[in-house]
Amino acid sequence: MAEEFKCLDEIQLTEDEQALLNEMPELGELGEARRKFLGQAAAMGLGAFAINLLQQQEVFARWETPEDALFAPVAEENAVAVKLKINGVEKSLSLDSRMTLLDALREKLALTGSKKGCDHGQCGACTVIVDGRRVLSCLTLTAQCEGKSVTTIEGLADGNELHPIQASFIKHDGFQCGYCTPGQICSAVALMSEAKNGEASYVSTNIRTNAKNIKLSDDEIRERMSGNLCRCGAYPNIVKAIQEVHSGKEQAQTWNFHKPEENLAENKEETNNETV
Amino acid sequence: MRYIGKEMSRVDGVAKVTGQAKYAAEFQVKNVAYGFIVQSTIAKGSIKSIDTSEAEKQSGVIKIFTHLNSVKRKDKDDAFCALQNEKIVFNGQPIALVVAESFEQARFAARLVKAEYLKEAHLTETEKAPTVDSRGGKVRGNPKEALQNAAVRISAEYTIPIEHHNPMEPHAAIAMWDGDKLSIFDKSQGVKEVQRHLAKSFGIATENVSVVSPFVGGAFGASLNPNYYPFLTAAAAREIKRPVKVNYTRRQMFTGHGYRPYTIQKVQIGASKDGKLQAIIHEAIGNTSTFEDFSETPNGFGRTLYNCPNYDTPYKLAKTDLPTPTWMRAPGAVSGAFAIESAIDELAYELKIDPLQLRIINYAEKDPDTGKPFSSKALMECFKQGAAKFGWEKRKPEPRSMRDGKWLVGWGTATGTWGAMQLPASIRITLKADGTANVGSATADIGPGTYTVITMIAAEFLGISPEKVKFELGDTKLPNAPVQGGSFTTASVGSAAHGAALNIKKKLFDFAVRDFGFAGVSVEDTEMAKGFLFSKKDNSKSVAIADLMKKNNLTEIVENYTSMPSKERNNYTSMAHGAQFVEVKVDEDLGIIKVTKVIEATAVGKIMNPKTSHSQEMGGIVWGIGMALQEQTEIDHRYGKMMTTNLADYHIPSNADVHTVETDFIEEDDKIINPLGIKGMGELCLVGIPAAIANAVFHATGKRIRTLPITIDKIL
Repeated sequence: MAEEFKCLDEIQLTEDEQALLNEMPELGELGEARRKFLGQAAAMGLGAFAINLLQQQEVFARWETPEDALFAPVAEENAVAVKLKINGVEKSLSLDSRMTLLDALREKLALTGSKKGCDHGQCGACTVIVDGRRVLSCLTLTAQCEGKSVTTIEGLADGNELHPIQASFIKHDGFQCGYCTPGQICSAVALMSEAKNGEASYVSTNIRTNAKNIKLSDDEIRERMSGNLCRCGAYPNIVKAIQEVHSGKEQAQTWNFHKPEENLAENKEETNNETV
Repeated sequence: MRYIGKEMSRVDGVAKVTGQAKYAAEFQVKNVAYGFIVQSTIAKGSIKSIDTSEAEKQSGVIKIFTHLNSVKRKDKDDAFCALQNEKIVFNGQPIALVVAESFEQARFAARLVKAEYLKEAHLTETEKAPTVDSRGGKVRGNPKEALQNAAVRISAEYTIPIEHHNPMEPHAAIAMWDGDKLSIFDKSQGVKEVQRHLAKSFGIATENVSVVSPFVGGAFGASLNPNYYPFLTAAAAREIKRPVKVNYTRRQMFTGHGYRPYTIQKVQIGASKDGKLQAIIHEAIGNTSTFEDFSETPNGFGRTLYNCPNYDTPYKLAKTDLPTPTWMRAPGAVSGAFAIESAIDELAYELKIDPLQLRIINYAEKDPDTGKPFSSKALMECFKQGAAKFGWEKRKPEPRSMRDGKWLVGWGTATGTWGAMQLPASIRITLKADGTANVGSATADIGPGTYTVITMIAAEFLGISPEKVKFELGDTKLPNAPVQGGSFTTASVGSAAHGAALNIKKKLFDFAVRDFGFAGVSVEDTEMAKGFLFSKKDNSKSVAIADLMKKNNLTEIVENYTSMPSKERNNYTSMAHGAQFVEVKVDEDLGIIKVTKVIEATAVGKIMNPKTSHSQEMGGIVWGIGMALQEQTEIDHRYGKMMTTNLADYHIPSNADVHTVETDFIEEDDKIINPLGIKGMGELCLVGIPAAIANAVFHATGKRIRTLPITIDKIL
């Protein structure tokens, strides 16, 4: 465990963040599969896409501002200074007092992994982890974050080494378009510590117990993840992805082939390919 | 097959789970300015005056565009275009764009723009709006007479409210000009469509417009048309000579890209006592705008599904003072299926025949409209496998006859069908001597897994592993591909990938015949794998692809290939089919409905990637739950205004709303539709679900709800 998060450990984590990382269950089969997957990820996934995106972005980088471009004078009337930690790095920002944490991440810091889905706290796409708890960054003013520690989706993986929840989302196809995914994953990561702390949900059957380390049923996970909307409808796979990391037990697939001559096993993974 | 048909995780998975995948609004652009849209507060009339003076004084405001100073579109069509004149044609119409140095400044100043209107009376109720005839298919037989003569008749009217796609990513564009060359990042299901639209709108050459859209955060039809914001954004960028970013707010999305039309359908069915369909008259009215006709022919749905000799499908459009509707996942079909598949269920109770049995009795072995055979149709197998898995034979036929404690239990079924289409598509494959390949096509991946499946197909037929394939899409610099819609992407672009890879093999084979003693071997008997071209029949015939290239002084082979639908397809009707089985549990005291189990058996040709296919199925089911039980855009007709324009008031299913979902793929070996036997599935998986849920609710409660969504008030 410790080794997997070596680089994360090197950066400064809050106590809550550290606790969160330490309580990840051992991964068993998932860990094996993850190593296999990550080899490929380095070769294709992240690498290829990062290159494509940089090339596409370059179209704009080459652009030079013409002399007659229009700029407006900006009065500093609304400026506030905020010091906070983002993904372990100290930031000193001067920004518009109206700027939400989400807009600061996306528009000021180029951390566009946190998504704007509704800007009203209704969809969960903007979920980030502030001092160990999940927070809707669209309903949080940056100025409220003075001295706080913010973890975004960009801060969960360690280079090519994914966080177990990230790896499990890939394995269980817990997303399609990918837009709600960073919020889902940040929510899921924080959910783990809520379970660890024994926090109750609407569907908890016994709220009088102070038991820590509660085992979450699928219904509990569904309830606790219902603040994160997914329009592609990946919910059952999201539950499986989280349950596998939470319980350490491999979750079964729910699709089948019906073709007499074809054995289901043949449709499973061959070595060296594809699945996590 | 090494890869095709086997589960593979998404090649863009890492990019998506780490936040690296970049969506339209997320590209980093120097000196970008922010545009914020101001919307009309009346539904019909004109702008008498618009006062931007207060807004212009605000810090950071660069320029405010209204119809008085905006760029006018060079090329006109019926589609709505922003800031062209003083006319107001729907409530929420853009009337100004405030451009400022920051989003906060633009949003604040936008509130200070004041418009005065000359109001006219508006009409937003589909029931009251004037109608025009639309296409509805030919009359089959003599439906009126057959209906009169039928032993058993039912007649019912079904209503579907306006629904909105609500992809999680709001629409956005970043535009910038270099002289008369326009570059734009856009959320799009078809970059070439946006390119054509912008080139025509600005009167510039198509090649001077570059559209980039590598990731789309869901669209479901909402980004098939170019919509009004790319032109608005590009026009502002041209005027201020800076890059401009415009992002719809969630509220603006409701009037910014169309919606599933409000639909009223009347279904009359006549049948014999033994359940044979005699006549179906399926009338439909869907709303459209006053300025543009949008038709989706919902009543066309049942025509290929049931063996019914007399069939009529009159269709009308009602002209309302609302924005124009558009295609929304399974357009037409899911609306039509709600009506027909509910009506068939009603008929089953009337006849006292099991609803699944009634469908089997009227099973169409060939296309009843054209008499053509189906290129494949494993629907009967879907019925069998789905029913067996669900345990349908244990169903008690009487409504209100099954219980689980306080919960009433209902089991319902419905059938879905969707055309298995293919469109011309081009692709470029560059196979390099080092055993890697670059593949490119200007298609999109709005979530179904196109990045992954095209990578798999290319890898399969180039004989290299998927991680050696780099597939690019969503960029107008790439070869032509159709928009991603209609469930035809894999059939179209996948066929192109297959054809291009085979042509590369043929080129290598020709070298091998000439230089490496492959004479006497046929190209069909050869295969590429692990860096070699070899004969599958003769072990001695094998040559390294690197050597073939080296010998010919090549470092790579480039193949541009366009796949076309085969002529043979014309002799057949090609459809995808599915059977849906649903269990609901209803708390009658509280009116709560839970969809506790959905089994979907699907026949969509060959499954390329069961992992992502299952995800699409699941998505369709979740959409069906939303449509059946939750989704509705309510209009306050006094103001002609859409009211539920946010995700707290427009309900879509959340995680807690979705329970057991299982999918069974009944594979079909269909060589007629295309060489790989691909049908689409993104729409099909939704088509029957709302009806199946409504039918299950009837079975549970004895209440037939014919107006969606089936909300608590309708159950109590």
